[in-house]
Amino acid sequence: MASRPRYAHRNIPGTTIFDGVQAQKGYALNKMCYSFNSAENRAAFVADEDAYCRKFGLSEAQRTAIKARDVLGLIAEGGNVYYLAKFAGIFGLNVQDLGALQTGMSVEAFKQKLIDAAR
Amino acid sequence: MARIVGAVTTSHVPAIGNAIARGTQEDPYWKPFFQGWDGVHAWLAKVKPDVAVVVYNDHGLQFFLDKLPTFAVGAAAEYQNADEGWGLPTLPPYRGNPDLSWHVIESLVADEFDITTCQEMVVDHAFTLPLKLMWPNVERCPVMTLPVAVNTVQHPLPTPTRCYKFGRALGRAIESYDEDLKVVVLGTGGLSHQLDGPRAGFINKDFDAMCMDKLVGEPEALTRYSIDDLVELAGTQGVEVINWLIARATLGGSVSMVHSNYHIPISNTASGLMVLESRA
Repeated sequence: MASRPRYAHRNIPGTTIFDGVQAQKGYALNKMCYSFNSAENRAAFVADEDAYCRKFGLSEAQRTAIKARDVLGLIAEGGNVYYLAKFAGIFGLNVQDLGALQTGMSVEAFKQKLIDAAR
Repeated sequence: MARIVGAVTTSHVPAIGNAIARGTQEDPYWKPFFQGWDGVHAWLAKVKPDVAVVVYNDHGLQFFLDKLPTFAVGAAAEYQNADEGWGLPTLPPYRGNPDLSWHVIESLVADEFDITTCQEMVVDHAFTLPLKLMWPNVERCPVMTLPVAVNTVQHPLPTPTRCYKFGRALGRAIESYDEDLKVVVLGTGGLSHQLDGPRAGFINKDFDAMCMDKLVGEPEALTRYSIDDLVELAGTQGVEVINWLIARATLGGSVSMVHSNYHIPISNTASGLMVLESRA
């Protein structure tokens, strides 16, 4: 029987710590996103998303989340935000757009929330 | 002998690179951030460093999750920047100093820090942007560089206690080099921010203020926090403050703060900036 993983983390609301559990689950997905450092690979993904995802062996759930541009879904499937940001970069989205998508806010409202944090 | 003239700790978000590329430093959104660097430029003109040791974290440019070192030290004659996938302009290459690098590597390993040695290393925005902010008016970074990459991506991350000790060892390594070089140590990242999950946009002004205060007079106080504590209090990416702790620790005992700036927000981040000098 496997022992309780030492890397069990504290439960922090709204937060997924990218640990060994997530890193294993998301390996193929993150590897695909890592490939997006290259312009040629970004173009290959845009040309045929399904074929590109197949090449990297993404799970069904990961492919669904990629298709839907579902950031929270991608994180749940082991995506790491630094790698997902490279995926988002293909569509010209930055981390503020990602923040809005994940919090269900408009980009303007998300930006305002950050400005308000200064108070 | 080499001498550490001070430490500069700063945020490193990619949006800074876009602001520089678009020339929007004077816009109301960016001005409070860029203006904060005037004090650093005045200090640099006075101390004139020869080398910048940059303690930062790679964001999936050099290292993938296949092999991810906890601490990695560059040992190349030149370090290239490259496409990170999100549209930042690529900056010109950086000069290394292999002899200094190998001395630092020898010293760290003798000091029981079994770092990864990199004879080839591409450097991302966390390395390039702080150097661009230090020397904004020259095309190429005018000093030699030594990258020190810390894993802040895939947990387990090195504990703050380990980082503090690593910083002390890095300081000893630099200051035992027998050439007369003036070295500035940069710690990049932070302060509080979280990019991922429903808690994206999290910022903690009080915690940041506490960190900046403790880093000056009582850096050991930050070693009482666990990595989970830092994630909870500073956000998933706020843990990058461990890079600041390493840079601070290279200075050892008593330091004075020459300059500081704090501004919320730049992109999703509370930006912090400090210049610290050892007390003579």
